[in-house]
Amino acid sequence: MSTHDDGSGAHLRVRRYSGSARINHWIVAISFVLLLLSGLSLFHPSLYWLSGLFGGGATVRWLHPWIGVVLVVAFIGLFLRFFAQNLPERTDWVWLARIRHVLKGDDEYLPEVGKYNAGQKFVFWSQSILVVILFITGLGLWEPGLAWVEKTFAFKATIDQLRIAALIHASAAVIAITIWIVHVYAAIWVRGTFSAMTRGFVTGGWGWRHHRKWLRKEVDEHKTDRPRVTPAE
Amino acid sequence: MFPAIPNPTTDKSAARFGDKDLMRRSASTVTPPAKRQTEVAKLIDVSKCIGCKACQTACLEWNQLNEEVGINVGVYDNPHDLTANSWTLMRFTEYENPESGNLEWLIRKDGCMHCEDPGCLKACPSPGAIVQYSNGIVDFVKENCIGCGYCIKGCPFNIPRISKADHKAYKCTLCSDRVAVGQGPACQKACPTQAIVFGTKDEMKAWAAKRVADLKSRGFDKAGLYDPPGVQGTHVMYVLHHADKPQLYAGLAQNPRISPIVEAWKGVGKYAGMALIGLTAAAGVIHHLLQGPNRVTAEDEENAEKLAGGKS
Repeated sequence: MSTHDDGSGAHLRVRRYSGSARINHWIVAISFVLLLLSGLSLFHPSLYWLSGLFGGGATVRWLHPWIGVVLVVAFIGLFLRFFAQNLPERTDWVWLARIRHVLKGDDEYLPEVGKYNAGQKFVFWSQSILVVILFITGLGLWEPGLAWVEKTFAFKATIDQLRIAALIHASAAVIAITIWIVHVYAAIWVRGTFSAMTRGFVTGGWGWRHHRKWLRKEVDEHKTDRPRVTPAE
Repeated sequence: MFPAIPNPTTDKSAARFGDKDLMRRSASTVTPPAKRQTEVAKLIDVSKCIGCKACQTACLEWNQLNEEVGINVGVYDNPHDLTANSWTLMRFTEYENPESGNLEWLIRKDGCMHCEDPGCLKACPSPGAIVQYSNGIVDFVKENCIGCGYCIKGCPFNIPRISKADHKAYKCTLCSDRVAVGQGPACQKACPTQAIVFGTKDEMKAWAAKRVADLKSRGFDKAGLYDPPGVQGTHVMYVLHHADKPQLYAGLAQNPRISPIVEAWKGVGKYAGMALIGLTAAAGVIHHLLQGPNRVTAEDEENAEKLAGGKS
């Protein structure tokens, strides 16, 4: 922790994400957005023009699965980093029961939460499940992927199975996109959040307001081995 | 004998149908022409087929395709399945008729059925990669194909194949280039027994009725025309001796229709998905307008300072 002069006075700064976690996050984020744009271009004819961003439909067709592979690999990294802090706790249910206060921004009526609140945990677990679903069904829609799966597991997918894969892939993608919108919106709405993923730091006030239990823990742990004030940047 | 289609003149003639005759175009909205062209059809009389594969050869030759030399695994089917090069395939079935005790050799020329309600076109995400002309021909337009393989999922007959060479989808065109200048398909031209005939759909139905009557007089009382209503009829039809059991003929679909899964995916799913995404985004905008940003207060910062200060 350190004090940080941002012009409005010295605020406590708390480290939220390491550099590698942020790089990992942004690899997932960029590949997600590319998958979203390329996937939507083949989802609805009115969005086919999006394929132009990639150089046409044929390019989208071969590129989309490979971006998916990148996302899956990067997502495994995020999962391993964050899953322990996303395990459900009793306070999550209290938080969810008071979702009205959450939406109103009345954080004082909410229980003290750790690194992640129930909403963030929902995003984490639902996206984790959806990534798995999208990967498996995506393999079925990808000629080289399907050939590899059929060879490895010695079976032949029926056309009906591939139709179901297509339907599930599209449905899971739509759900993943809506959850992604919630994720991005929450980061915009709750001011002071973006710096966590850009610079790696949040202000102490942000921690106090939204993740007080986490802030207390950070204060406790850093008190012994780190000076409170570091030289100005 | 069905009257043979006369040979063409060597004079150049304009194509009889083209883009102005499009009834459907994949991933696009088109206004169908006010006047529909006379529907054409190819009639395959399974009872007259001798399995010579002249149609397969003619197809390869006319369309300038080459099939790989295959491997004999003890069946007559060659190649073993439709491929991106073999747009038609004789499928051989040995059937022991339990009623007569006869061994029947059922040979069905498989290929695109040119459905009136084409599942491939419904599934296709690429504008103009699949078109349907008002004469009933469903054609793939190579330049617009992106090789996604959705047509394979959409097809109720499992016909299209993706080329390993150029990653585009291929299937029988009903020789649209020949039909455009008044000719019949190459397979029809090559058939030595007139098991394949070509004409208007009405002519083909009338001819089929004669053939069915003939088969019935020979004891095939279940003979009939295969023009499945589930896809609103097809522009390739079969005369079958066992029209009550089309599956006998190498698994010809009993009641083909666009799969409900594909209908859900490409029908309601498309709109529901867009609506859900749009509504979620709109909910975010509205929430922000009504609620304003959730800002950290100066008090929050002070409290954090106090907490950290007290502990260190």
